[in-house]
Amino acid sequence: MISDSGGSSKIRLIGRRMFILTAAKAVVVFGVVGRLISLQINESKKYKTLSDKNRFREWRFAPPRGIIKDYFGEEIASNQKVFQLHLIPENAENLSTLIFRLKNILKMSDNAVSKIQKKIKSQKPWDPVIVSDNLTWAEFSRINLFLHELQGVEPIISVARVYREQSSSHVIGYVSKISKKDLQQKNYLANMKAAGMRVGKTGLENKLDSEIIGDVGHKRYEVNAFGKRIKEVSIDQGKNGKSYKTTLDLELQNLSSNLLKDKAGSICVMDIYRGDIITMVSSPTFDPNKFVHGISTKDWKELISHRDKPLVNKAISGLYPPGSTIKGLVAISALENDVVNTKMVQQCSGSIELYGEKFHCWKKKGHGFVDMRKAIKESCDVYFYEVARRLGIDRLSETARAFGLGDTMVKGFKEEKIGVVPNTKWKKQRIGKSWYLGETLHSGIGQGYWQTTPMQLCLMTARIANGGYDVEPRIVLGERSKFSIFAEKKKNPKSLEEFFNSDKSNEFDDTTIDLGYKPLFRNQENINFVKEAFFGATNEPGGTSYGSRLSKKEFMFAGKTGTSQVRRITEKQRELEIKNEDLPYEQRDHSLYVAFAPYNEPLYSISVVVEHGGSGSKTAAPIAKKVIKKLLERHPLRQQVHNNYKGEDV
Amino acid sequence: MFRSGSIQSHLTLRDKIFSLDLTLTICIFLIGIISFFAMYSTDGGQFAYHTKSHIIRFIIFFTLFFVISFIKTSFWYGSATLFYLGVLFLLILVKYVGLTSSGSQRWLDLYFLNLQPSELMKIGLILFLAKYYHKISSGDVNKFRYLAQPLLALLFPVILVITQPDLGTSFLIAVGGVIVVWLAGVKMKFFAYLGGLFLLSAPVAISFLKPYQKSRILTFIDPSRDPLGAGYQITQSKIAIGSGGLFGKGFLDGSQSYLDYLPEKHTDFIFTLFSEEFGFFGSMTILMIYILITWRIVNIGHTLRTSFGKLYCYSFATAFFIYVAVNMGMVLGLIPIVGAPLPIMSYGGSSMMAIMIGLGIVMSCKIHKDQSLG
Repeated sequence: MISDSGGSSKIRLIGRRMFILTAAKAVVVFGVVGRLISLQINESKKYKTLSDKNRFREWRFAPPRGIIKDYFGEEIASNQKVFQLHLIPENAENLSTLIFRLKNILKMSDNAVSKIQKKIKSQKPWDPVIVSDNLTWAEFSRINLFLHELQGVEPIISVARVYREQSSSHVIGYVSKISKKDLQQKNYLANMKAAGMRVGKTGLENKLDSEIIGDVGHKRYEVNAFGKRIKEVSIDQGKNGKSYKTTLDLELQNLSSNLLKDKAGSICVMDIYRGDIITMVSSPTFDPNKFVHGISTKDWKELISHRDKPLVNKAISGLYPPGSTIKGLVAISALENDVVNTKMVQQCSGSIELYGEKFHCWKKKGHGFVDMRKAIKESCDVYFYEVARRLGIDRLSETARAFGLGDTMVKGFKEEKIGVVPNTKWKKQRIGKSWYLGETLHSGIGQGYWQTTPMQLCLMTARIANGGYDVEPRIVLGERSKFSIFAEKKKNPKSLEEFFNSDKSNEFDDTTIDLGYKPLFRNQENINFVKEAFFGATNEPGGTSYGSRLSKKEFMFAGKTGTSQVRRITEKQRELEIKNEDLPYEQRDHSLYVAFAPYNEPLYSISVVVEHGGSGSKTAAPIAKKVIKKLLERHPLRQQVHNNYKGEDV
Repeated sequence: MFRSGSIQSHLTLRDKIFSLDLTLTICIFLIGIISFFAMYSTDGGQFAYHTKSHIIRFIIFFTLFFVISFIKTSFWYGSATLFYLGVLFLLILVKYVGLTSSGSQRWLDLYFLNLQPSELMKIGLILFLAKYYHKISSGDVNKFRYLAQPLLALLFPVILVITQPDLGTSFLIAVGGVIVVWLAGVKMKFFAYLGGLFLLSAPVAISFLKPYQKSRILTFIDPSRDPLGAGYQITQSKIAIGSGGLFGKGFLDGSQSYLDYLPEKHTDFIFTLFSEEFGFFGSMTILMIYILITWRIVNIGHTLRTSFGKLYCYSFATAFFIYVAVNMGMVLGLIPIVGAPLPIMSYGGSSMMAIMIGLGIVMSCKIHKDQSLG
């Protein structure tokens, strides 16, 4: 049996010594608690800051946007090397001195400096701030000269959007900095935050944005509590944006843009079988490059306050009464509905009185006795008043819709307007009033409530020219259209190829059904009659566009002029015979022209609109003539490119 | 009270349960619960490997704690020497068949768990020395013959553990032993001699240190010396704790820990993680629970009548306190990083097992205080 040796004295000794240990423990507890107070309460702020800095640093960079090319591979929107200056606030020794020095070197405005300071405050100190995203070479070299004194700034060579031609500013659109609205509307932008990121704002840049923008790349660094990069953890190069080939012809774009110089208006050209938009030009144009790096307030104000609204793509957003260009459609509608026949004769004495109102023909002396062909050829208004009266607005509007008016046709262009195809129901709903018969008469010559875009007129002409089939426009190669759906199905590719190479392509026989197109006619003779009348209007003496004809057989085209009034002409003004040029600019007539070419084997349709340009024969038709000539000269080249395609991808 | 109750020869299980120290048991349980949350957070807010395994271990060893409590103190007294020798044998075994991890050979592969005998030695040595001083009379304590045996019993395992190498654990084993010797009444001068000897041998000892160990000590003296290397842990731990502030960043929101800035967050730096997420109030709560545990053990020691019981309880309480203090001092940047787990909180089976055995014996002393050791 082992028992306690030493007894109570030993136990007392243990107790005494334990007391000393307890005292020592108390000291240690005070030490630990003191340290906790010092770290977590007194110095907590400092450590919180350190902890915040204590992260992985990520440097994200914007990928190069995809390139937009024309049909022949010419780059319309591409990328160029730019010199940028980035500033990393936490690397700067003294931020305010640094900014002051940069301000002097780059001669920045106070406004620009305060913007940068604001940006610095809004983000983490290790996130780079772009001081300038497009330095000139002189500025870039000056920065490099002083670089050793400018700790915290980094000159960077990057890529940015560049538009070489201003002829396509509207159809291509432009890119600019991401706005709050963009973030709300484009979900894919949520993962796209990167310095220097640009987003498509209008035109194709906007339409194709989600694909053309690419994927953001990043470099991730592990950094320590002192902000020093320890190592690169991961790198992701991102993905370049997808490039696109379009159906546009840059050379025609340039020519068209030049022809519209100092005028306000637009030119559209379309392939009548494939629906390929070859030209879409609006004038006056603007420099889209200004938006890439942030447009100055002065330039912006200039664009916004310009009388002719350079930013508006008039080809799809400009709304004009179609004027006489609609007469072909009115004729088709009347013939298809068996309201009249081509033989109907009407006497034109310069005006006609109906429903207690006087309706005037453009030709004061009148056309005498006219049949339908002559009425189209010489654009007799009185004849079409009578046709419209018999036809009625509702049947006319039905035909107009079938031929592409009153709806958006170019997919994905948010700026496209639908226009107005008036009828009784529309008026009741939109204006709240009943339809007057007199309004039907005005509508018969393309005045009144009509609102059409030049692109719609071009499409309408294409649908007439191709024999009355519902071709749809497209602008991006490989994009789905009825035509490409057919190609995918490969139902009858051989006959398709044959069809486009054959002489019969203007005659749209049974093969056209295979194209997936729906005929818009009951009797194709009616369509052909109008086509033939258009030929007369351009190629026979007395025709409204006879002066603009091309006499070489393979270039011969057929078209219809239009002069649309923007004001009501009073009786007094008629008496005075005021010339259009003598009117104030805003009151002058719009000049319109639609045509298809070549007449023998139609391939293309065109529409030209010149705002306040006077009569269609005087201004629009001569422009169309020049475009058609170039278009037909370039046709073999286009055909060659088409034949070399293996599938319609880029 | 003294000697009022007769020496009971038999206690029913019911008696034993009722005589458990409730405060101590609850405190242990509380630490266990807190450790689950902390572990869950280190797993990135998922019920993953470390959390599961920690909970299972706690359940097993908490049960072990009760089992040990209910076994008579005389059994533990009787098997103290055997326990010590057994652990010593395991320590020698580790030298030959131990598992090596990050350059240190510390573990025995027991298939169901990797046993770290050095952790058990923390208890083994205290138990052995408490029994030793229980047996000899107070007059003999300072005799040279009776000094040599405890010194050898202390140095042998400490040297074995140092050469594993495991500086932290060997230090904690030594501290536990020295406390028993001190409480037993060994004169101050011997401690002075020992201290002097230690200082003299220090240069020699340093030459034996591994480069990383030297670097740790140097870095402690000047953390900014190498902020990306050895000073990294101290700096990061201080940032984590400091950034926790008064109320912490919130459960599962410790950015330091989540971004992997905290080294060994499961084990030695578990307190850092908890402090970051629960702030000053969280840290103080844990500290207070540990102090409460220590205080209860000392209190139990007060009620005991045998010098074995008193020596064991006082020493274990002090050692337990020192484990806590060393771990906290380390993560707070007060002392060099030595690798000492926080009792029960830290992930690690052997450490938890040792602590639970130690606490179990304390509780056994309390339950069986009126029974003789014989």
